Amino acid sequence: MGYPAGSVLVMEEAPPVTSVDREAEGRRWIAALRGAGAEREVAAATLHAMLLRAARFELGRRRAMLAGASRETIDDLAMQSADDALSAILTKLDTYRFESRFTTWAYKFAILEAAVRTRRRAWERRELPMDPQDWSTLPARALDPVEDVEMRERMRAIVHAIQTELSPHQREVLSALVLADVPIDVLAERLGTTRGALYKTLHDARRKLRTSIGADDDAIT
Amino acid sequence: MTPSRDLRRASKHLLAGLLGPPGPEVTCEECFANLDVYVEHELAGADADGLVPWMRAHLEGCPACAEEHDSLRDLIASQIGGRI
Repeated sequence: MGYPAGSVLVMEEAPPVTSVDREAEGRRWIAALRGAGAEREVAAATLHAMLLRAARFELGRRRAMLAGASRETIDDLAMQSADDALSAILTKLDTYRFESRFTTWAYKFAILEAAVRTRRRAWERRELPMDPQDWSTLPARALDPVEDVEMRERMRAIVHAIQTELSPHQREVLSALVLADVPIDVLAERLGTTRGALYKTLHDARRKLRTSIGADDDAIT
Repeated sequence: MTPSRDLRRASKHLLAGLLGPPGPEVTCEECFANLDVYVEHELAGADADGLVPWMRAHLEGCPACAEEHDSLRDLIASQIGGRI
């Protein structure tokens, strides 16, 4: 294809190295995507093709979670991810701040869409473990019965704090996210809330546990 | 790997999940908003953590955001290397 110099396709092929180049590249993308007619169509189609590659890249990394999915299904997931990423980008152009390459900014939307779809698909037929866990079995589950006396004592203190300091909702979220490894966006969808709200619940629960066992500033080593 | 080392690793993973990282973190929304800039600084060898304080802690505490960070970083790195 023969796009003129300065078109979005040329920008894709020549990574800019300075902030001036980066801003110029971003402004060309935004002008083209906000333009009219053929220029906008070319820009949107070029960007969509890039988003599709990014979505396929992400789905390829998550092959294990997509075991059993047909090639057609994976192609559909990639296409839906690219479509939704492009829609999100077009509505959020105002939030691009020219602090990274426009393409890097755009790719993160495709990665997010593909990652969320993969996690949801992997859990679509699975029941979430919403029943309260038997927290008292935690130390025995994770620790060698002979070694790690110190860690076992620490775990017992954490279990006590879970049972006495956390709210039922905090226990439910901690149990699903940490013990059952339910992906946060899957849990958010099932509970009718957002990933951000769930993470705040998790964060608050963790802070309570750290304070309760006197480990506010301790790194896990 | 011996069963004992497996258990120890599982224990640390569990502890990290239960307690999360120490100190403040960005939110998931702030993480996504800054992900592109953070990754580019990382790949350029610049001070990404100085640019976006508390981002690293969030990536340690939030597996979903960490997965997306790793994917974007590897995608951009592969692009720089001409593999995409």
